[in-house]
Amino acid sequence: MEAAMGLMRRMPPKLTETSLSALLSLLPDHSSDLLSQIDQPLQVMHDTDNGKEFILCEYNRDADSYRSPWSNKYHPPLEDGSLPSAKLRKLETEANDVFAVYRDQYYEGGISSVYMWEDENEGFIACFLVKKDGPKSGKGGRKGNLQEGAWDAIHVIEVGPEEEGMAHYCLTSTIMLSMTTDDTSSGTFNLSGSIRRQMTMDLAVAEGHLCNMGRMIEEMEGKLRNSLEQVYFGKTKEMVCTLRPPAELAQLLTVPDSV
Amino acid sequence: MSESETEGEVSDEQKIGIAKWFLLNSPSGEIQYVAKDVKAILKDENVYNIAAGEAFPVYNKEHFICLQFPNRSGDVLITSFGEIRDNEYIDPRTCQVAIVDHVKQVCKEVRPANDEELPSPYIEEYRCSLDVEISKYVGEAYPKGVCSVYCVTGKDVEAPGDNFELVVVISAARHSPQNFCNGSWRSTWNIEFNDELQIIEVKGTMQVGAHYFEEGNVQLDAKHDSKDSTIFQPPDDSAVALTSMIRYHETEYLSSLQTSYSNLPDSTFKDLRRKLPVTRTLFPWHNTLQFSLTRDISKELGLDK
Repeated sequence: MEAAMGLMRRMPPKLTETSLSALLSLLPDHSSDLLSQIDQPLQVMHDTDNGKEFILCEYNRDADSYRSPWSNKYHPPLEDGSLPSAKLRKLETEANDVFAVYRDQYYEGGISSVYMWEDENEGFIACFLVKKDGPKSGKGGRKGNLQEGAWDAIHVIEVGPEEEGMAHYCLTSTIMLSMTTDDTSSGTFNLSGSIRRQMTMDLAVAEGHLCNMGRMIEEMEGKLRNSLEQVYFGKTKEMVCTLRPPAELAQLLTVPDSV
Repeated sequence: MSESETEGEVSDEQKIGIAKWFLLNSPSGEIQYVAKDVKAILKDENVYNIAAGEAFPVYNKEHFICLQFPNRSGDVLITSFGEIRDNEYIDPRTCQVAIVDHVKQVCKEVRPANDEELPSPYIEEYRCSLDVEISKYVGEAYPKGVCSVYCVTGKDVEAPGDNFELVVVISAARHSPQNFCNGSWRSTWNIEFNDELQIIEVKGTMQVGAHYFEEGNVQLDAKHDSKDSTIFQPPDDSAVALTSMIRYHETEYLSSLQTSYSNLPDSTFKDLRRKLPVTRTLFPWHNTLQFSLTRDISKELGLDK
């Protein structure tokens, strides 16, 4: 398993799905570990009941079917697929509605889904997912000329049982990002990657679980977005400049004594 | 955990194929680490050795890895252009042939090149002049750059009248695993000397990769092709003209890479996820009831599409 995780840190992030299926065929006995520890790009399905799209992941899967958070039904239909309790389903429904508004405000589009299920020790686990694809082709005249971009966010929160008005929250978040530009003047440029972080907090439940979970996710998403932009992309840019320092650029273009 | 692998599910051939896939997709400077993990996962020395034996030579040639001669007489680039046999690579500058161990990525022995492995004096004049100019340029532009100029077609042309083709290979790699960062710049310039038309056609491919993997895995993969041409001139003049052309295209490319990077925050990134919500304030989690309410109302009023 350690070697498998080692490989996943080195393989190109845009080949994650192929890497995972390769590992699954080499290590069939570790398949459940591999599937739970390696995040893969999110897939989407159509809820035939209300025409809405929902996100697929390990947490809403039962056999070969996936449960839609909108209709609470499995697609394709599954007779005795596991469902959350009525109480938890109520929170799940509310979370889906609110998270959709949150998603719209930050992502201006995209798809989101929230899934919840009971765990063994009287708490529950919630999984918040966002999938956002950038515009497929460059918008005329706009800088950047983004041709393909994808952002997948996976937030899994374990919520402990309530004790004296407090609960323990453990959030694990993964962001997977890929951006490609492609044009004749500058060739293909692809930056992609994934990062995962954890955050734990003990919070008063007075304002409700959703409020606490939401704030943690919002903070985490902000942090991860920032590190991707500043640290991760910054480091790769730094590397390019180490390979070929741009100092020469200034000389060559001979800008008359500016800056 | 149990290791009761059911034999027959994945054949040895498939395992070799998968192992090769992992090895070939290793980022610059990381194949040895990948090899270690692949070996641990396969738990089959034989399968691993076959996969490594097939994958390493391909990887080494694709990445233009640079090996030191055992006698400290310089470096040799491993490229398909300098390949004499599977494990023999010529260094045209020193007229030596390196005998290499692909999997260990070392040069074991060195021998002088035979006459038939070297170009004619006429071609060598062009090759050598270009090598001198390119080396000067690479020394200035790439702190860790290595370059080589090969003759790939027409190396036996003795005098003006026939076409020939040179290839310039530039390879600069920086590996600092302790800082979780590796990267490489590779460029290949195919230079066709067309004697009849008295023109030199140039086609180049530049490829840049970078990998940062401290608590994550982020990779840059960029590639650009360019084309140019110039007039056929004597060796020294051609060498100067070609080098300044290559310098120009590579500098342009570097600046376009920087533009791509500086465009990220404002356009690309913002299109995916904003730093702040459209409302420019943090999301009102304490007051989300309003959203459910407005939804209910709009549903009742039939406003919900």
